[in-house]
Amino acid sequence: MVTATSFSVEAIRKEFPILATRLGDKPLVYLDNAATAQKPQVTLDAMDEFWRTSNANIHRGVHHLSQMATAQFDTARETVRRFLGARHAHECLFTKGCTEGINLVAQSYARPRLKPADEILLSTMEHHSNIVPWQLVAEQTGAIVRPIPINDDGEIDLAAYGRLLNERTKIVGLVHISNSLGTINPIKAMIAQAHAAGAVVLIDGAQAGPHLPIDVQDLDADFYTLSCHKIYAPTGMGVLYGKEALLEAMPPYHGGGDMIRTVSFEGSTFAGLPNKFEAGTPNVGGVVGLGATLKWLMALDREEVERHEAELVGYAETLLSDIPGVRLIGKARQKAAIVSFVMDTAHPHDIGTVLDAEGIAIRAGHHCCMPVMERLGVPATARASFGLYNTREEVEALARGVQKVKEIFG
Amino acid sequence: MSFDLRELYQEIILDHYRHPRNQREPERATAHSEGHNPLCGDKITVSVRTENGQLAEVGYHASGCAISVASASLMSEAVKGKPLGEVERLCKEFQGAVTSPDGGEFPEMGDLNALAGVREHPVRIKCATLPWHALRAALSGVDKMVTTE
Repeated sequence: MVTATSFSVEAIRKEFPILATRLGDKPLVYLDNAATAQKPQVTLDAMDEFWRTSNANIHRGVHHLSQMATAQFDTARETVRRFLGARHAHECLFTKGCTEGINLVAQSYARPRLKPADEILLSTMEHHSNIVPWQLVAEQTGAIVRPIPINDDGEIDLAAYGRLLNERTKIVGLVHISNSLGTINPIKAMIAQAHAAGAVVLIDGAQAGPHLPIDVQDLDADFYTLSCHKIYAPTGMGVLYGKEALLEAMPPYHGGGDMIRTVSFEGSTFAGLPNKFEAGTPNVGGVVGLGATLKWLMALDREEVERHEAELVGYAETLLSDIPGVRLIGKARQKAAIVSFVMDTAHPHDIGTVLDAEGIAIRAGHHCCMPVMERLGVPATARASFGLYNTREEVEALARGVQKVKEIFG
Repeated sequence: MSFDLRELYQEIILDHYRHPRNQREPERATAHSEGHNPLCGDKITVSVRTENGQLAEVGYHASGCAISVASASLMSEAVKGKPLGEVERLCKEFQGAVTSPDGGEFPEMGDLNALAGVREHPVRIKCATLPWHALRAALSGVDKMVTTE
């Protein structure tokens, strides 16, 4: 069904070559977008073009190719700035992933500042990558990690959050959209509360990047991380946004080339932002691909994309909850792109295997969120996660696949 | 259902999944071991009682997928009451058989042959071997968590 909007899922699908894949006699139904998203032609072309015509190492090269590569790299950073609504491009650092961005903040911002008994607040629905780096720094400094509870629907308990915030709270780490439940957290209000208590906030935007327009200045986020491959861009890259003043005051995370001003054996001085945090040769071709992807994404009607994805989630929830023995996990009022569920008679892994035989890719397991699973009393869930190219027909295929699971497992 | 799935989810597997045999703590257990597959969260505790060189009793508590629970149940039936040497030989034979590359002949192992289908699903092989890892750990006196990783 084509609706009269500027966003056409049929047209979008044609931009993703992999979506034409057939598995045996069945079309691929890719519903594992929260793990990684597929790549549009525009991304593949930009990278291919870069490798064919402009490949050279960036910065300091006086020759033609190096200047071209540097220009494309810097342009991509400016595109990232626009995507995040940052004030300055040099507040947007390229990392090797969302995880590295969080570790960078934990080690470079938090470690020198935290004192014994200082507190780090993290929601119970954080991905392990926004828990473990803080546990490491807590061990190094004597600080304490405190979980912010969630309710049975998978929403942060805001009253408990208010009570947990105190003058010892130095860091608050929050996931923008939960990868296991799809909950969209009210981060703008939570950031304001944290600031009022004197804490600095890191937002894990791994799942938000592909689904929500982001404006770090409006949110007043101190740090915001992205996972590029979940935003239809290449793997092996992340973005860490940090407020200029915070980044300026932080020591380098990695030492190496490109991040120094001068080096001598008596000591070295460091480059300014962003180079201070980008030691070594970055993934230049990947960054060029990222820039092209974000431009493409920003040119779409993001509101239409959001509406389309919300409709898929609603439709999936309706069809799945109509199947006896299926229970949805995570019923937050504000949700995006993710439907987690369990079945009475079949373990999530078996659900995943049966769906795979139908050509349907979902994920089964704890989704790197063991505290969430424990809190909600399930060992694992089956998770269908949507991208802008998914269709109602694919949601129906998912529901038929789940019926197959029932046929086998009863 | 495609042929492939029927191979994996044979009736005997589903039966053992729905009605696991010997899922209990044996009386006067002499050793325990916990097995964990950190990738999927499957967990199993295997408890044994050995007497006079025999595996007199074996029991377990399994929480996991059909393959891991059925494997634990089938394992318990296969090894219960056997001399320890034979249990060790069975463990090795089974683990070798399910982890061997596709196409190799699966040895005749009675009901355990129902698990041969996992060879076609590399990501599920660890589900089948987890209970066996835990059993071997219990028998060798390794009283700690074993994992598939």
